[in-house]
Amino acid sequence: MDEVSVIQEGKDNAGLSGAKLQASAERVYTASQAQLVWWKFRKHKVAMASLWILVALYTIAIFCEFLAPHSPRRYSAQYVNAPPRPVRFAGEDGFSLRPFVYGYTSGRDPVTLARVYEIDRESVYPLRFFVRGDPYKLFGVIPWDVHLMGTRENVPLLLWGADELGRDVMTRIVYGARISLSIGLVGVFLSLFIGILLGGLSGYVGGFLDTIIQRLIELLRSLPAIPLWLMLAAALPADWSPVATYFGITVILSFLGWTALARVVRGRFISLREEDFVLAARLIGAKRLYVIRRHMVPSFASHLIASVTLSVPAMILAETSLSFLGVGLQAPVISWGVLMQSAQNLRSVVQAPWLLLPGAAVVVAVLAFNFVGDGLRDAADPFSQ
Amino acid sequence: MAMFIVKRVLLFIPTLFVISIVVFILIQAPPGDYLTILITNMRESGQIVDEAVIASLQQRYGLDQPLVTRYFRWIGNIVFRGDFGVSFQWNRPVSELIWERLLWTFVISFSTLIFTWLVAFPIGIFSATHQYSPLDYVATFFGFIGLAIPNFMIALVLMWLGYSWFGFSMGGLFSAEFVRAPWSYAKFVNMLQHIWVPIVVLGTAGTAGLIRTMRANLLDELRKPYVVTARAKGLSESRLIWKYPVRVALNPFVSSVGYVLPQLISGAAIVSVVLSLPTTGPMLLRALLSQDMYLAGGFVLMLSTLTVIGTLISDILLVIIDPRIRYERG
Repeated sequence: MDEVSVIQEGKDNAGLSGAKLQASAERVYTASQAQLVWWKFRKHKVAMASLWILVALYTIAIFCEFLAPHSPRRYSAQYVNAPPRPVRFAGEDGFSLRPFVYGYTSGRDPVTLARVYEIDRESVYPLRFFVRGDPYKLFGVIPWDVHLMGTRENVPLLLWGADELGRDVMTRIVYGARISLSIGLVGVFLSLFIGILLGGLSGYVGGFLDTIIQRLIELLRSLPAIPLWLMLAAALPADWSPVATYFGITVILSFLGWTALARVVRGRFISLREEDFVLAARLIGAKRLYVIRRHMVPSFASHLIASVTLSVPAMILAETSLSFLGVGLQAPVISWGVLMQSAQNLRSVVQAPWLLLPGAAVVVAVLAFNFVGDGLRDAADPFSQ
Repeated sequence: MAMFIVKRVLLFIPTLFVISIVVFILIQAPPGDYLTILITNMRESGQIVDEAVIASLQQRYGLDQPLVTRYFRWIGNIVFRGDFGVSFQWNRPVSELIWERLLWTFVISFSTLIFTWLVAFPIGIFSATHQYSPLDYVATFFGFIGLAIPNFMIALVLMWLGYSWFGFSMGGLFSAEFVRAPWSYAKFVNMLQHIWVPIVVLGTAGTAGLIRTMRANLLDELRKPYVVTARAKGLSESRLIWKYPVRVALNPFVSSVGYVLPQLISGAAIVSVVLSLPTTGPMLLRALLSQDMYLAGGFVLMLSTLTVIGTLISDILLVIIDPRIRYERG
């Protein structure tokens, strides 16, 4: 199980039987770098749990049409700001194995005239799985109408309540995952590209070019990012299609976000350049590019992956903030930031606190990325300790 | 030492130059320039705009000139006359609008910085000297949470809790009756009752980050041989920690001004929209949404200048505090 600890403890570990020790030690000696990193990462419990959370979140993002109970645009005046209703197993006539939800009765508050909802224990809607509901296009292509869960009557589930237009908040959060989680990844890959290019050049060529790139990084880091983002985002033409805006925002986020990655790459390049194994490879007569590709990149790849993981949350937070303020993605697009727009003022939060739930989704995703990144950073150098 | 400061200050000028170019390009970026919007507005309000007026306006704003000329005219006006152009939305010079709000942004950011230090310093030291103690775990946990929750979300939740528990609204910097009142002791007290909300909200992320850096740095220092030597010689534990490792681990506090300040000003832009503070944020946002680009440009230019000055000060302070850096950079 713990192949890495074998390296560390193997020498004085007499308790293990000789043959077994030898077998697992041999596995360690022949294991690839990636395998060693994975073995070390696996020991980090919180990071492993977070990794599973991320897998779950991205699965939700990929299959959002099927997993969401409804169509995200389905609205109904009948359920404006309806509170969340829990899934129940036990009701008036005892326990039932099939979960169900109660209906609502609504009336108006005599003083404020706001709509108020009461749980109606008379109407019972059993929850069904793989039920036919609102039609959709899976991945935007395959037409289908089966949802993971729903009711036969196709009443809105509203497990996490409804928003100001009576739309199902849970459905919209599930759909929002697709945009919010992917914008982080796409943005990071763009900044990774710029970061490796400029950071690599800076570290490898050095000299004058290094100075210029370093000054540029310092300049970008000393700018207040959000006012600049705001300004850049506001400069995007208003008549762009949602897809174009999406990419525009991503480019803006990565335009200012590559500096951290470039620093990591440059630092690694400079320290590796002096390493004995690089010198040895050069002495044998290996070509520069070959040395970079075969010897240098593999030894800093794990650090790079860790830094990438740690910079995804910043992107997610940035998108959320921009969209929340109304200069990022715009309404027909569903992202967590766009959903937060309906919780922009105190009145709507007091009236419907469940409108803050998209924010909770952001926090979960960001925390998970941070923990995985931390675990990876610790595991990035499997030979340490 | 003097050489270093001169060098940094000289570097400061090209930095500001580049920033001003970026801001100017952004001002020009939206389709339809300032004048088109102005003319549309005048037409909408029923005024008759003839060609001669348009031409004279065009000349006044230099819109018939090439981009480079326009840039130098814009930046020249700012540097020599303090004239940032006109906000068409308010129909007033930008310079009249921004100073008070910039002052508030500065006050809030600076207080937050102090708050961040006051909180992060003791907790960071405690976390490092009592590694893996329950309090260390609590601090680490809050550190992660503080970094993960968007600022505006904390502001929203605080406002919501304040409203539903105590029945008062935490927005703004003053209660309604004090907003237009002249400065007095009562107004000052009223401000103190309000200002802690944005400071705490803005401070969380920075504090969390600083605690983690402080903890990591101090832990590194504590493992060094000189600490072992000092302990072996019988130095008391508290003297040992305060005399050397803490001093070395303090560097991030100073050096972080450079990046904490941009973050604070950034964060303040969003939080102040939620909390409706009289800072730059809400006005900048409104200016951007209505494409009032001269106003927005003035804000971004001044905010960037503020941060660059902050970075400069922190660089110089760092050299004064830590002699090792001085010798490195000469």
